[in-house]
Amino acid sequence: MTTLSDPQQGSFRLSMLLNDTRYRSYTFQFVALLLLIALMAFLGINLMRNLAEAGLNISYGFLGVPAGYDINQSLIDYSSQDSNLRAAMVGIINTLLVAFLACVTATILGVLAGVARLSKNWLVSKLMAVYVEIFRNIPVLIWILMIYTLMTAVLPSPSAFRGDDPASSMFLGAFAFTNRGVYIPWPVWGPGSMFVVATFVLSIIAAIAYRRYAVKLLFDTGKLLPRAWPTAAILILPTLLAFFILGRPVSLDYPALAGFNFGGGLQIGAPLIALWLALSVYTGAFIAENVRAGIQAISRGQTEAASSLGLRPKRVMNLVVLPQALRVIIPPLISQYLNITKNSSLAIAVGYADITATLGGITLNQTGRAIECVLLLMLFYLTISLSISAIMNVYNTSVSLKER
Amino acid sequence: MSDTHAQSVPFVRDTMLPQATPPLTAQGPVKWVRESLFSSIPYTILTLAALYLIYVLLSGFLPWLLGGVWTTSNIRECREVLDGAPGGCFSVLSERWNQLLFGIAYPRDGYWRPTLAFILLFVAVSPVLFSFVPRKLLFLTALYPFIAFWLIWGGSLMVPLAALLSVVAGYLVYSKLVKNNFAVGFFAGIATALVVWILSGFITPSLSGVLALEAVDSRNMGGFMLNMILGVICVSLSLPLGILLALGRQSSLPIIKLICVVFIEFIRGVPLITLLFVANVVLAYFLPPGTNFDLILRVIIMITMFAAAYIAEVIRGGLAALPRGQYEGAESLGLDYAQSMRLIILPQALKISIPGIVNVAVGLFKDTTLVSIISMFDLVGMIRGPILASTDWNGVYWELWGFAALLFFVVCYGISQYSQWLERQLQTDHH
Amino acid sequence: MNKSVFFGALTVAGVLAGASVAATLDDVKARGNLNCGVATGLAGFAAPNSNGEWEGFDVAVCRAVAAAIFNDPQAVEFIPTTGKTRFTALASGEIDFLARNTTWTFSRDVDLKFDFVGVNYYDGQGFMVPKALGVSSAKELDGATVCIQTGTTTELNLADYFRNNNISYEPVPVETNAEGQQQYLAGACDTYTTDASGLAATRATFENPGDHVILPEIISKEPLGPLVRHGDNDWGDLTRWVLNALIAAEELGVTSANVEEMASNATNPEIARLLGTEGTLGEMLGLEADWAKNAIAAEGNYGEIFAKNIGEETPIGLSRGLNAQWTDGGLLYAPPVR
Repeated sequence: MTTLSDPQQGSFRLSMLLNDTRYRSYTFQFVALLLLIALMAFLGINLMRNLAEAGLNISYGFLGVPAGYDINQSLIDYSSQDSNLRAAMVGIINTLLVAFLACVTATILGVLAGVARLSKNWLVSKLMAVYVEIFRNIPVLIWILMIYTLMTAVLPSPSAFRGDDPASSMFLGAFAFTNRGVYIPWPVWGPGSMFVVATFVLSIIAAIAYRRYAVKLLFDTGKLLPRAWPTAAILILPTLLAFFILGRPVSLDYPALAGFNFGGGLQIGAPLIALWLALSVYTGAFIAENVRAGIQAISRGQTEAASSLGLRPKRVMNLVVLPQALRVIIPPLISQYLNITKNSSLAIAVGYADITATLGGITLNQTGRAIECVLLLMLFYLTISLSISAIMNVYNTSVSLKER
Repeated sequence: MSDTHAQSVPFVRDTMLPQATPPLTAQGPVKWVRESLFSSIPYTILTLAALYLIYVLLSGFLPWLLGGVWTTSNIRECREVLDGAPGGCFSVLSERWNQLLFGIAYPRDGYWRPTLAFILLFVAVSPVLFSFVPRKLLFLTALYPFIAFWLIWGGSLMVPLAALLSVVAGYLVYSKLVKNNFAVGFFAGIATALVVWILSGFITPSLSGVLALEAVDSRNMGGFMLNMILGVICVSLSLPLGILLALGRQSSLPIIKLICVVFIEFIRGVPLITLLFVANVVLAYFLPPGTNFDLILRVIIMITMFAAAYIAEVIRGGLAALPRGQYEGAESLGLDYAQSMRLIILPQALKISIPGIVNVAVGLFKDTTLVSIISMFDLVGMIRGPILASTDWNGVYWELWGFAALLFFVVCYGISQYSQWLERQLQTDHH
Repeated sequence: MNKSVFFGALTVAGVLAGASVAATLDDVKARGNLNCGVATGLAGFAAPNSNGEWEGFDVAVCRAVAAAIFNDPQAVEFIPTTGKTRFTALASGEIDFLARNTTWTFSRDVDLKFDFVGVNYYDGQGFMVPKALGVSSAKELDGATVCIQTGTTTELNLADYFRNNNISYEPVPVETNAEGQQQYLAGACDTYTTDASGLAATRATFENPGDHVILPEIISKEPLGPLVRHGDNDWGDLTRWVLNALIAAEELGVTSANVEEMASNATNPEIARLLGTEGTLGEMLGLEADWAKNAIAAEGNYGEIFAKNIGEETPIGLSRGLNAQWTDGGLLYAPPVR
């Protein structure tokens, strides 16, 4: 903003730094910068002094030292002799695992609840309203602890399955719900199983190709091919055929009592389940509200126009409302995913070995390297958050481009 | 055959039939039930499933709630009284009531103090929340922090009084000078307040016995009171900080903008629990040697910074939503930056942002339970620690968690209902 | 702007507090109470009773130190710490003295820069299992699920023990003893492992203590002791000698009941020196002459504290064992008070 008549060109006085709008912004920024540097210096000098006084130093050498503790749930090989860095990697993978699982289930739950809340069925919509309000308004930490208590205090312990007349029995003979976790059958990949998997992947590709062809045929000639059963056939038959021809290379490993615990199958630990469920139902309530708001944001005219074209309500929803609503729903949905990832740090309350519990918990305790551990922890979450926001920005620009 | 024709009498209706009432199945409650519960087969199945779900939930919950025991002194007595009947041991709530609400270390004869402060809170916030409450009550709001501090922390009334005095002095100076220049007024105000506060520091110690309540250390705060204290203090402190950050992020000065963006994005990018770890295990290294902030103060600093970053984003949304004309109008009136923000932009932007701010406040209040992870005895910490660990109540889970959930639900649901009400109020303003 | 306000607040706080960068004893005296870090709740060692007053074996040590300094056993601020927060609380100066059944290890002493002022309980890590499990030795625990408090040496000992014996286990990490107890009782783990004293304390709180056994294996040495920050040797000396005074008092037969009488007509010169009627030991520590008398009067001598909080008469029911005086075949051995 230049004034119309610049008086006294060239004669610069010190007071102009404060009174002249041209220079004042520089003054402010300079002062702000100075204060920032002073603050940093203050904190830095204090840190140096404190560390020197306590005889400590900042060093990341502890990451290479054997961690010394065991972790109960790990997707990668890990033993107590592995380094702290590897323990942190186990934690990162566990964080991503629970975040991913919770994102999937929270989305399903949220979309179902959000759509059901708009249902014309009074009872269902009210029930969903109650679900949303109850889960949104109670802290997620309480949910995690409650569900964990539910797991540990209500489900039977493995010893209840033991004996001639056990107090509990396995569900369908294959699933064991215990207070240490849920045990489910898990495939064992024998020799030749690669072919079965390859066949299955190929048949997925074939199924997609068939559907594309059917759509193309419909558009070109108007001939309507059946879609549901051929797809299913393409998906299942070749794989089954390969499975039996190769002599059943893939078999299921069923959980069974072995010693103190169930052995075999796949164990999903109680902490993981508690965290996963709690994050899903809690965030699902928020997503339900986003979905509802997104659907309601679509003007009634769209629905009415679609109906007047003769579309049935289901197709109105699928073809007209949802595609438009998604544009409104997805940005808050992604920030809910971000919240799930951040809230997964509460794993520490139930003993799930995520990054906060390994690096920020046990490693921090055992090595006493508080500053380094917390710094690395923040760095990890910051990286995740910034990458998710970057994805969101890309999405937002791609959506806004289509707008006219 | 043919003579039937002769017997037929021609008939022409010449009056309208009275309108028949709709059939019983298409009116009143029956119609409602049909349309909203059993309109089609899938809906019927859904309804029945929902009814069954409600039945299962209630048949488990009601006997537990109604058959509960309220007067025993430990879990064994309670189980004896129940004798296998379904029912909750709610006596844990009546026996540990004070611990749940006030923690273990708050003086027993001082429970009325936080209670009174809690009640006064409603009086203090009512003129802010509801426009129909007389504006004059706003002075109560201004007085509230000082009264509440005195009530909860105790000590001599002179200390909060001195603080009040310095704030008033600072405000007087500010209002004298602000007409000329906002910055001068602002800094002069702060300087005056500081000077008065330091001066009063020479007098208050000698008056420490005057109107003194028993002093309580902040680490003795606990239970739900701690959640309330953290929630209220952090939200109120983070508001001004959030406004400043939002203005800084919208500012045209690149360095200030950069500082604010980095701060906001950093805080929003990490979970609160890591910030609490910082408060708990790291912050002490960054303070001058020998400084001894107590934990609650460090936690307040961290939660305030956390909330400020979120509130800043909400307010930024409000600022962005204002039409460009408002900014240009303010400039064309010749107002400088401080004046246009203070008089034109912020009042409108804040009004738009209120629902968002309330949402942040609710989220923050729920997040105060996280302090239990860093071994503070808030409501959740009390339950997980001393109560469930005691021999008397080991094993009483649902009563305690249910109580905690209920308290949070009441507060958070209340606030979110208020927010929705306010949203409706604000909407009508536009029409 | 916000930065500057924050900065201002910090400087003010720094100026106010920076003036008092001084010895811990001076800080404590100026503050008027001792900040003592204790466990969040372990029956017999440190737990608030239903009136919210802390009591227990570790708590009594804190009270003795406070009594030695202020002649007031109540001048203690108890700060509950978890396994995770205890060291940072001490390192950052939030607490002056940590009495939280903490094992004296090399790395804690040397790398974490703390000074252990002595051992107030010689312990070892053990396992508790339900009797119904039918296990009689820890070596039979192959494949068991083990509840373990994180952030403690027990976590590392456990990993070592199972690796050495080439058997597997599944750890269930818990934050506090209370949680460990809940998990164990609910059957979420087959066995609970912590210091044998802690196991006894935990078992004592069970509804049917007889249904649970503590396995004979003690898999580690756990000398538990109070600790202070490294570097302030005067403060270390003071706390070390309060602890020693409690132990010496038992050896010399000074109890909370007879301490006044002993002080007024002490014949044994060592007792006279200890209780301050002879010599200037208190002055050397920067305390009153009757420091040890006050410390003993507060909660009694070591034996009394033991008997009152965790002894065989209490529900915890620990025998003295290694923690008997050296004259009785134990390990407790206070250096001469001279």
